[in-house]
Amino acid sequence: MEAPILSIVVFTPIVFGVVLFFFPAERHREIRIFALTGASIALALSLWAYFTYDLALGGYQLVEHYPWVPRLGISYHVGVDGMNVPLVLLTGIVMFTGVLVSWGIDDRPREFFGFLFILATGVFGVFVSLDLFQLFFFYEIAVFPMYLLIAIWGWKVTREYAAMKLTLYLFIGSVVALIGGLAMYFASGTHSFSLFALEQAGFSVDFQRFWFPFVFFGFAVLGGIFPVHNWSPDGHVAAPTAVSMFHAGVLMKVGAFAALRVGIMLLPEGAKFWAPLILGLATVNVVYGAFIASVQSDFKYVIGFSSVSHMGLVILGFATLNLTGITGAGIQMFSHGVMTALMFAVVGLVYDRAHTREIPKLGGFIKVMPLAGIAFIIAGLVSMGMPGFSGFVAEFPIFMGLWQSQPIVAIIAAISIVITAGYIMRVIGRVFFGEMPEEFKGHITPINNFDKIALVILSGILILVGVYPSIIAPLVESGAQAVMALVGGA
Amino acid sequence: MSIASFEPSTLLIVLPEILLLLLAGIILVVGLTSQRSGGLLLSWLTALGLTGILIVTLLFGRPGENEVLIFGGMLRHDWMAFSFKVLFLFVAAMTALLSADVEGVEDRGEYYALLVVATLGMSLMASSADMIMLFLAIETTSIPLYILAGFKKGDDKSTEAGLKYFLFGALTSAVMLYGFSLLYGFSGDTNIYRLSEAMHAGAVSPWLIGGMAVLVLVGFSFKISAVPFHFWAPDVYEGAPTPITAFISTASKAAGFAVLLRFMLAVFPAIEAEWVTLVAIMATVTMTVGNLLALPQTNIKRLLAYSSIAHAGYAMIGLVALSSFGTASVIFYLIGYVVTNIAAFAVVILFARSVGSDEIVDYAGLSRRSPGLALVLLVALLSLGGMPPLAGFVAKFYVFAAAVESGWIWLAFVGVLNAIIGLYYYMTVLKVVYLYRSEDEDKPIAIPRSYALVLVICVIAILAIGTLSAPWLDWSINSALSLF
Amino acid sequence: MAFLQAHLLTLILFSPLAGAVLLLLIPRERLQAIRWVALLVSLIPFGLALFLWFAYQPGVQGYQFVEQAIWYEAIGSSYHLGVDGISVPMVLLTTLLTPLAILISWSIEDNVRSYMALFLLLETGMLGVFMSLDLLIFFVFWEIGLIPMYFLINQWGSGNREYASFKFLIYTIAGSLGLLLAIQMIGVASGTFDLIVITEKWSTLNQSLTLFGLPITLAIGTVKKIAFWAFVVAFAIKIPIWPFHTWLPDAHTEAPTAGSMILAGVLLKLGAYGFLRLVLPLYPVEAKYFAGALGLLAVLAIVLGAFASWGQDDFKRLVAYSSVNHMGFVVLGIAAAAFAQGTMQADDAVLAINGAVLQMFNHGLSAAGMFLLVGVVYDRAHTRDLNKLGGLFPVAPIYGGILIFTAMASLGLPGLNGFVSEFLVVRGSWPIFTLYTALSMVGLLITGAYILKGLAKVLHGPLNEKWLGHKMEINRREIIAIAPLMFLMLLIGVWPAWILNVINQTVKFLFG
Repeated sequence: MEAPILSIVVFTPIVFGVVLFFFPAERHREIRIFALTGASIALALSLWAYFTYDLALGGYQLVEHYPWVPRLGISYHVGVDGMNVPLVLLTGIVMFTGVLVSWGIDDRPREFFGFLFILATGVFGVFVSLDLFQLFFFYEIAVFPMYLLIAIWGWKVTREYAAMKLTLYLFIGSVVALIGGLAMYFASGTHSFSLFALEQAGFSVDFQRFWFPFVFFGFAVLGGIFPVHNWSPDGHVAAPTAVSMFHAGVLMKVGAFAALRVGIMLLPEGAKFWAPLILGLATVNVVYGAFIASVQSDFKYVIGFSSVSHMGLVILGFATLNLTGITGAGIQMFSHGVMTALMFAVVGLVYDRAHTREIPKLGGFIKVMPLAGIAFIIAGLVSMGMPGFSGFVAEFPIFMGLWQSQPIVAIIAAISIVITAGYIMRVIGRVFFGEMPEEFKGHITPINNFDKIALVILSGILILVGVYPSIIAPLVESGAQAVMALVGGA
Repeated sequence: MSIASFEPSTLLIVLPEILLLLLAGIILVVGLTSQRSGGLLLSWLTALGLTGILIVTLLFGRPGENEVLIFGGMLRHDWMAFSFKVLFLFVAAMTALLSADVEGVEDRGEYYALLVVATLGMSLMASSADMIMLFLAIETTSIPLYILAGFKKGDDKSTEAGLKYFLFGALTSAVMLYGFSLLYGFSGDTNIYRLSEAMHAGAVSPWLIGGMAVLVLVGFSFKISAVPFHFWAPDVYEGAPTPITAFISTASKAAGFAVLLRFMLAVFPAIEAEWVTLVAIMATVTMTVGNLLALPQTNIKRLLAYSSIAHAGYAMIGLVALSSFGTASVIFYLIGYVVTNIAAFAVVILFARSVGSDEIVDYAGLSRRSPGLALVLLVALLSLGGMPPLAGFVAKFYVFAAAVESGWIWLAFVGVLNAIIGLYYYMTVLKVVYLYRSEDEDKPIAIPRSYALVLVICVIAILAIGTLSAPWLDWSINSALSLF
Repeated sequence: MAFLQAHLLTLILFSPLAGAVLLLLIPRERLQAIRWVALLVSLIPFGLALFLWFAYQPGVQGYQFVEQAIWYEAIGSSYHLGVDGISVPMVLLTTLLTPLAILISWSIEDNVRSYMALFLLLETGMLGVFMSLDLLIFFVFWEIGLIPMYFLINQWGSGNREYASFKFLIYTIAGSLGLLLAIQMIGVASGTFDLIVITEKWSTLNQSLTLFGLPITLAIGTVKKIAFWAFVVAFAIKIPIWPFHTWLPDAHTEAPTAGSMILAGVLLKLGAYGFLRLVLPLYPVEAKYFAGALGLLAVLAIVLGAFASWGQDDFKRLVAYSSVNHMGFVVLGIAAAAFAQGTMQADDAVLAINGAVLQMFNHGLSAAGMFLLVGVVYDRAHTRDLNKLGGLFPVAPIYGGILIFTAMASLGLPGLNGFVSEFLVVRGSWPIFTLYTALSMVGLLITGAYILKGLAKVLHGPLNEKWLGHKMEINRREIIAIAPLMFLMLLIGVWPAWILNVINQTVKFLFG
């Protein structure tokens, strides 16, 4: 019998998180080391899962399947394919680096890491779920700790508001999707929550068209789709660094992934029917998000809105409903996850030292923290879709997919590239170059080694994927083929 | 289904009830003789006694393949009754443990005796198959509870609670009794399983049946504190000794549901569509009103009171589904709700013991003051809010699933939207607990052993029900099947 | 040796990048070490490029030193390199100018390590464009070149650098946006990005796009026209063709000397190269159709560029506008060829293209040289205002001599390189676009005027008293840097056959 790798990946965080609660509260050092151990295990195993995935074999691998509630056809069923295995890896990476950059948290680190790890289990769980009930189960686990993490450790000015807004938005979305999921379960007549069974259920076209919006948009709330995106920038800004990383880096992908896995794959006819609307909304995401980002003066809001813009590209990719577009969206999820984690990590480093995020008040930070500056520039270039970095590798197929479905959208969405270049360069210029204001001179400490490791890992991945896309593209493409097999057509 | 002639084995079926009566007697005696040793002894005695009965019930009280009517059709021995009995015994044992140290209660044997008698009444409620037996059982439950609610004689609020509870209870009982008498008048029978046949015959106008259904619903609604018969709940919850509040909000409510399920399903198939619609509307109103009124509360007991009203509404959704799965989901919901609510009240009791306050603002800094207690409250409130991997999530999931299965999509949506309002105010409490600071953070909160035991049991139960729901669901479905 | 043969292009392409990484390992304070390492590293690709030059066989049709490897299979793109007679001179030019630019950057004191690393990265980007045989790879390198240039201007430029760099960035990104979209469209329509395959397929593609299951029913002609213009605008901005040139004077003026050298010497050629490599082969019909308009723009660039240059008081700006003027000839040649290719006048077209390619190479030499010389005087005088300079000849005779030599090459004095290429362009275009060519001769006249104006203002006239005590003479390092350029100017001027032969063979295959 093979080792249950995925189960270990999923449950390692929560086990470590629960054990953390039994540590004496004041042993900060031990708590951190223990947390890092847990994160390392999760990362190592997700790497293992990623690289042992056998492309030639295809399909779902590392599958584990146990009955859970047999009466209702609910089972614990996990597995990875080309679409979700990069996301599992992404989660492992963000978790690991998130712990590294949170080394300095002094206010109740035990609870902080504990909740963060519970969140991580939820995220892992959603990605590997092959059972609809299980997916919802982990989905909710992933949403709630966010509230506490933001409300307790967040930015004092907006944290209560932002945390509440975020949780309620996401909860509303998920329960609406939940009803849709239940409707599918009962309509299928299969008495099974297995995604495979539901894929083959053969729902009528009318049924699919009616329920698709509930399921898709319910999940897409977490993916940040316009006009229900505005929880996201507020949440990003209020959250502490590691949580912003998790939030923008991974959690938004959970929403997008679930929208794809449940919405599009189970209700393909509905997806075809609603695709024009989704394309329209996502285009607004992309362009409007970039535009709003460009007029922000708060460093973190810029990144927050840029996430809205980039997640719009993911949803655009889904909505193309063709192989290239979905492949691109899959890569974009990974790429944007790493990129945005990196950006928030740097923002956090700057804020920790300057205690302000007002862009006009900052300047010259590259002199004291060159690595952070370079890392941010790399992330910025990724964000601009600059070739040679992962963003290009991801966005290019999305646009190609758009050409095949709605060329006009491709042209409109492309405007965002110029806007993005504008605001990214502005931020880089103002924050990292130029003269450092007098008040900071001599007060800014260099970043520590943990931060450096985190930054190097994240930027390294962005470049690696950029120069050698074949490390991820064939995987995601195989996953996208599975989607296309259900959606049908070109 | 057959009416068994009296045999010695019949006694085995009512063994739990007999033992309960015995236990009440023993408690009274011990209470009189051991004035000095205080409440600890009584509380443990009661708890252990109830646990013993629980074990006996589990071992010997298990119903067979077929349901049997005993005592000339007065009681029905089936899975439904069995499940609820187990539930009541569990809650009573927990309540006894929680009562150990409560002011004005600790050394009073009659307190525990009344608790046991109320439990006895509930067991009978769950198994009554005859209107007369049912009414008696309800009163056996209610009267001890009226007294218990007003048990703290020196406390005006407690006295008010007792009186209010009594007045409301008496009034609704009267209405319900009127309904019973009409039913008897039109059918000439008191056995609820034979009533439906009489109703079916077409002799009675549907309008009349509807009227009777409304009348009995009034009585049941009072028990489960459904809107608009909920007005007593917040005041009683706030005024009663907190363990009793916990007991009323869990066991008593569950007993009400046991009756509601059995009675409505058995007696009124003739006007199924109508009463289901009525219950659906009631469920909607109950959830919405309960949740909306919970929002502005500043006292945690009142907040939990309104939340418990809302929870009655969620559970009613399962009844509306009118299927075996729907009924099972109600039972499952109650199981999950009961363990969760006890945990919540246990924290409230402990906090009040040390701090002397039930105001939410005073919970500030709890997470630093007693991280463990804060964590239990977190688990309990999140479970109430319907978050996985806790009992409340699965419970809500099944209830909504039942609604969707039967085509009550709009009701499911009402339910989930209400769940969001619920989550909002639970989080508001958690925000105070985790986010706000207070000056008393260095003062620890004492947790006596009996309380710790309750906390541990409940938290484990919440997690177990939430993650491994299969056996509990099977049990619930078994119970539900005995009603169909 | 076999390995070298097989992977020569890859080695040339990535040795600067490897060098950049190597630089980052040197401690930032060791300025001298950093400079020397940068210089030596930049000589490696130059050496390899020389090897390439001699190993290249002009008479063989098609691409040589082809390499292909898996890159991005999912969308049908591969790492595909190769060179022909048009790209080999460009590779040589790039690898030659980079070490010279590094040599001239000795005077940079601020953050030298990043500066040098960016320079080497820039070199990789430019080389990649010239070598790519895959549209996507082409675009990748096209964009990669942009970023180091942005930072070079933004960080090490003069006064108005932020504005200039931002303008440069936005213009080029906006330009490449169209390019990106057009490339995507081509990719979608042909299912591959391989240039060789596309060249065969695309120009013969004549069904409307619905063939590929697309819900649009644009006629293929329309699609091609859109894609054509997207390409043209992107390349036109880069060259730059009037009226897309306004970023250029700012960027050139504010960039550091070495940056200006590379910008004028190589970066502008990317646009022209794009025309030759992509626009003409992929859109022969459209190119022919719009050749007249393109020719007109070229003439405007020549004439107006010259006038603008004449009007400048800033030495560097003067040289910058001269680039618009000179690149106009390249475009004129291309336009003429586009109009005439495949017709009776194909011979003239070949001539014109030969001229255009050679003009690219020549302008690379002379523009780089001119900027270098402007940099030399700016280093010493800290002003570029022509009115403040003057009479420097007696103070700095060697400098004066070099300046005159280079300026003459730029002006097109027979015997130096500029004459050869401009003559070829004019000769080739004359039968095709007689009127335009005639008009461009007017531009040539103005060219003479502004060059002479520049020389007069800097070298002659009364010496500004301010410079009396200063050491104005060019130093040895700078002489070494410009010497190779002067040598090549002269060599091509007197014996152009060595390079024209390479260019001509390919041009004949392609356009003959």
